[in-house]
Amino acid sequence: MTQYKVLPGPEHFLPPAAASMGIRLPNPGEGHINGVIVPEEQAYEEAARQFLMAKVPTIFPGPLVLWAWNEKAAKKATAIRHLYETLKECVTPQQRAMLIPMPDYRPKYPKINPEVEINPNHPNLTIWHNKIDCCMFVGVHCHQANLSLKIIRGGTSCYTIAMCAQAGHEDAMLSFRDASVEKIMKLAEWVRKLKGTVKVSQVVSKSGASN
Amino acid sequence: MATNSVIGTKNKKGQVITDARQMMFEAPRTPSFYTGSEVIKEAIRRANVDVMIAYPITPQSEAAALIGELFAEGYVKEYFRGESEFAVMSECAGAAFGGARVFTTTAGPGTMRAMENFPMWSGARLPIQMIVTCRGINSPLSIQPDTLEIAYLLNTGMLVWHAETAQDFYDWILKGYIVSEEPDVHLPLALCCDGFFVTHTKDMVNLTPADMCLPPYDPYRSPVPCMDMECPPVRMMRDPFVMKSNYISYATHASWQQEVWAAVERSRKHTIAWIDGLIETENTDADVLIVSSGTAVSQGREAIRLLADEGIRVGLVKIKSLRPWPWQEIREATKNAKHIIVPEFNVVGWMAREIKASIPDSDRVVSGPRVGGGMTMPPEIIVSEIKNALGIRNAAMAGRGS
Repeated sequence: MTQYKVLPGPEHFLPPAAASMGIRLPNPGEGHINGVIVPEEQAYEEAARQFLMAKVPTIFPGPLVLWAWNEKAAKKATAIRHLYETLKECVTPQQRAMLIPMPDYRPKYPKINPEVEINPNHPNLTIWHNKIDCCMFVGVHCHQANLSLKIIRGGTSCYTIAMCAQAGHEDAMLSFRDASVEKIMKLAEWVRKLKGTVKVSQVVSKSGASN
Repeated sequence: MATNSVIGTKNKKGQVITDARQMMFEAPRTPSFYTGSEVIKEAIRRANVDVMIAYPITPQSEAAALIGELFAEGYVKEYFRGESEFAVMSECAGAAFGGARVFTTTAGPGTMRAMENFPMWSGARLPIQMIVTCRGINSPLSIQPDTLEIAYLLNTGMLVWHAETAQDFYDWILKGYIVSEEPDVHLPLALCCDGFFVTHTKDMVNLTPADMCLPPYDPYRSPVPCMDMECPPVRMMRDPFVMKSNYISYATHASWQQEVWAAVERSRKHTIAWIDGLIETENTDADVLIVSSGTAVSQGREAIRLLADEGIRVGLVKIKSLRPWPWQEIREATKNAKHIIVPEFNVVGWMAREIKASIPDSDRVVSGPRVGGGMTMPPEIIVSEIKNALGIRNAAMAGRGS
């Protein structure tokens, strides 16, 4: 039984992959929070709570949902837009919900424009620039998502959520698996359900996203 | 592995695409008397392989040739000979990048020649399966069994399994694809056996029905973008971060490496479920344990029988998976042992080193007996090592026949 917990950083110059620290992925019907396996229902509630607590809750959609390469992807994109609109409706005027795409994975030089995109090779730039304190990855290929999630955990205090269509992500602080249109819509329902019940975070970190 | 939509349909050879669990655990088995090479052929017949690339090197040449027969029969979609082992492994990468289920076989110097490709396969998350029929690698030339090449594969980021018998071989070829194609794993598998001892001897093997095959590989579940007309490899390779000299490029590359090893860790859950644990044990309450992998385990079984005749009780730990390495299982299985004997078919004793690094009180480990260069390992020399560890006087094996 590992003592390691997947928590908001900044964790380390080069943080370990959570899998190498003994964190295991959830089975179908489960999620994980901070590396602890939980019933999926609990993950919905916590994800919605984290979104509503954040000053800048942000969704990062990746290529698997940005491009209409099959019918399912197009439907998921619509669901993600719905989740974003719901978030915007449910946060207070002091909060700023964002939707920033990860259109592809190539490193871009001299640097990306963090206003308009996030890149898996230096995702911390987008987090820092926009002061994002809670984000959700969706539609990002698993390998690239894990790279991003680990680098974010290493250098920022941002809370990370993964809405994964495959087996989930240990490197996120909270992860769903087998993501579908229904699951994204259900998360939007939870956000609406918790609207007005969650206090916005006042935490200010010197080296993280909440500066 | 593809989604359920194709289960129950037939491929062009009339084989029913069958749920992997049903095929491997529930379908009737037919006992058959085959060589290890023939077993490789029979497993591939049922594995729904798209591409096999071959290059001759003993002792895998026969298996490579037999897969050619499968190609002629229509069970393998593409089959050709590469220009060298290096070329073969590079071509395997190309086929896997393109979304094919890929199979190849190699041995000894061929493994070494192709070595540059293996970390590349892992880094690119290509679930290629490679059979390694281990043989001597050093000069002077030897084609005989020797497991030294496995030591070089252990740090490539590939999954590495070590089969003891032809039955292991048959089951693990099929189960290997299932594990290595899981999206959270998606790594190449080196499925090793001891050349000649397994490939060229006949054994009874229980085969699944020939009219059933695995579901096809679904490249769109890959954790990295599948190469197609929308996503050619040049899009990934342009501006590779390794060509840049700055902190973030280095940090990304380090994270990439960590992710490969994280995937090896994730394979534990699947490997345990499919091959029934990373180790097998017998009588681990005994004071003396033999711990090894491959055919050294078979010789260990004989040694245990000989010692039982003399009233000496010895237990056994068979290590099936080398990557992921079953360190927790080994710690648990050896916790009561006073002497841990590690017989190996190589001169360096890499298995004993791995075990020593995994357990407390590692001076319990006896690194031997070891043979190399194709020598056999008579059970009597394992018996002798155990008696030495126990302080029992016994005749030196080298004196035999003088």
